[in-house]
Amino acid sequence: MEEVKAAMAGNVWKIVVNVGDEVEEDQDVAILESMKMEIPIPAEEGGTVKEIKVSEGDFVNEGDVIAILE
Amino acid sequence: MGMTEELQNRMEKIKQGGKEKYHQKNEEKGKLFVRKRLELLLDNGLETEDALFANCLSEGLPADGVVTGIGKINGQDVCVMANDSTVKAGSWGKRTVEKIIRIQETAEKLEIPMLYLVDSAGARITDQIEMFPGRRGAGRIFHNQIKLSGRVPQICLLFGPSAAGGAYIPAFCDIVIMVDKNASMYLGSPRMAEKVIGEKVTLEEMGGAKMHCTVSGCGDVLAKTEQDAISFARQYLSYFPANFHKKPEPKQAVEPAFSEKKIADIIPPNQNAPFNMMDLIHRIIDKDSFCEIKKKFARELITGLARMDGKSVGIIANQPRMKGGVLFPDSADKAAKFIQLCDAFNIPLLFLMDVPGFMIGTKVEQQGIIRHGAKMLAAMSEATVPKISVVVRKAYGAGLYAMAGPAFDVDCCIALPSAQIAVMGPEAAVNAVYANKIAELPEAEREAFVQEKQQAYKDDIDIYRLASEMVVDDVIQPDNLREALIKRYSVYDAKQVEFTKRKHGVYPV
Repeated sequence: MEEVKAAMAGNVWKIVVNVGDEVEEDQDVAILESMKMEIPIPAEEGGTVKEIKVSEGDFVNEGDVIAILE
Repeated sequence: MGMTEELQNRMEKIKQGGKEKYHQKNEEKGKLFVRKRLELLLDNGLETEDALFANCLSEGLPADGVVTGIGKINGQDVCVMANDSTVKAGSWGKRTVEKIIRIQETAEKLEIPMLYLVDSAGARITDQIEMFPGRRGAGRIFHNQIKLSGRVPQICLLFGPSAAGGAYIPAFCDIVIMVDKNASMYLGSPRMAEKVIGEKVTLEEMGGAKMHCTVSGCGDVLAKTEQDAISFARQYLSYFPANFHKKPEPKQAVEPAFSEKKIADIIPPNQNAPFNMMDLIHRIIDKDSFCEIKKKFARELITGLARMDGKSVGIIANQPRMKGGVLFPDSADKAAKFIQLCDAFNIPLLFLMDVPGFMIGTKVEQQGIIRHGAKMLAAMSEATVPKISVVVRKAYGAGLYAMAGPAFDVDCCIALPSAQIAVMGPEAAVNAVYANKIAELPEAEREAFVQEKQQAYKDDIDIYRLASEMVVDDVIQPDNLREALIKRYSVYDAKQVEFTKRKHGVYPV
C-alpha cells in the first residue's frame, strides 16, 4: 500500500485519476495549486488507486494523504 | 617452520579476516568481504597496505578490523580505510583508530582522495580508554576529516552500520553512498532510544539508508547493491581532480543524447505549468554524463555533476516538476553543500533557473527558511569557479538571488526568450498592488481590470527591456545554449580570483 501525499501546502486543483485506475511510478495522481504554480503530485511507486482522500478545491497541508494505492 | 613460511602463514591468515560464520552471515545479507570490496573498487586492488599486522599477537583481531592502504581509481592514487565487519563487527580498538588516523595523514601528505568504506558497530567498549578520549583517539579521525575537507575529495561508502560517534565519518565526507537495507547511520540505536527516551522505532525508520537519502539528507546516493555503490564511487571520482590545486581531467567530448524535440518545445509558455528540467539538462550535456547527487532528497532542486565538451561541470537546476521548483530549507541546504563541493575542487558551476521563489507560510518560517536560504546565497556568492546562470523561465524574488542572479559576481547571466525576471509573478504582483481596488470594483469589471494590469506588468518586466538595461548579458536561442555555454566556460577557464581577504566568514548556519 502506498500513500500519495501532498508535497507542499496548497489547494487541490485537479484530481487526475479515478478509483480503480492503474497508476505507474511517477504518474501524476493530482495537481495542487500553490505559490501560483501547478504542482503535480506523482505516485512514488505504481499501483491501483484504492481511495481518493480529498476533493478538488480542498486545502491540504504538506504530508496530507491525497490518495491510497494498492 | 622457517621464518618465511611463518610470515606467509601469518599474512594469509590475517587476510582471511574473522571467523567463517561471520563471513556467512554477511553473505546472507548481500555483504561482500572487505578485501573483495577493495578489489572491486580499485583498478588493481591495493598497491600498498599498512599495518596488516596490527594487533597480530591478539587472538581473533586480524588487522585489528580495518584495512588501510593505497590503490588506484581511474588511474589516480587514492587512500582507503575499510572496516572488516567479520572482526568484532568492525568495531574500533586502539590500533584500528591509529590505522585510520595514519592513512588520513598519508592522504594529507600526498594530497590524494580519501575513501572510507564503513561497516562498523562503533567503539570497542573494552578498549575505550585507549581509543576514545585521547590525542590519538577517535576524535582525531574527525579532526583530520575536517582538515582534509576541501583539500582532497572524501567519499564514504556505507555498507553496514555507522553508529554513534562513528556516524560522524559520513557526516564529514563530501558524499555518502548508502547500500539499501544494509547501511544505517544513527547516534543511538533503536534499543537505546526505547530505553532512554521511550521511543519504539525500527532501525530502518530511524537510521536506514532510504530514510537518510530521502528525509534527513545525511545520505546522498541510495545504492541497490554493494557493487552499485562501488561503481557509483568510481564514476563520481572521475569528475574530480586529486586535490584542490588541480582541475578535473577532461574526458572525450560526446554529443548530447539525440532528441527530436527542441528546447523551446519542452518549456511551456505558461510560466505556471510544470515541465521536467531533466529534459533540458540532457539536451545540453554530453550523453550519459549526468551523475546526480541527492536525487531522492529535496527533489524540487536538481544537483548533479555532468560534462560539457568533455569537461566537468556542476549543475544546480530548479525542477518545476517537483513542488513547482519552489525553494525550501532542504533544497537550500542541498544547494549550499553541492556548490561548496564544486567550488572546492575547481568544477565550474551552471545554474538553470525556473524558480517561483522561496516557500512561504508558517511551517517553513518556523524551520528557519531565511537562514537556510542564506546558506545557499552565501555558498553561491563565495564560489569563485567559473559561474554561469541561465534564466530558463521565471526567476522571482530571492529565487533570482539564490540561483546566482546578476548581483553575485557571475561571469555571465544568460536569458532564454522565455525568461521572466521580477520581484514576483504577474498574478501575485497585481493582487499585491491592487487588492483593495479590485475589491471595490463591480464583479463584472474585475476580470478585465486584472487582465489589463497583468499585461502592463508583463510588459514592464519584458526580457528585452531587461536586456536593454543590461540586467542579463545575453538573450540566446534555446537550441544554441549548449554551444554558448561551452564557449563561455572555455573562455572563463583562465579565471583565478580570491573571494575576499579574511580568516573566514561567519556562516549563516
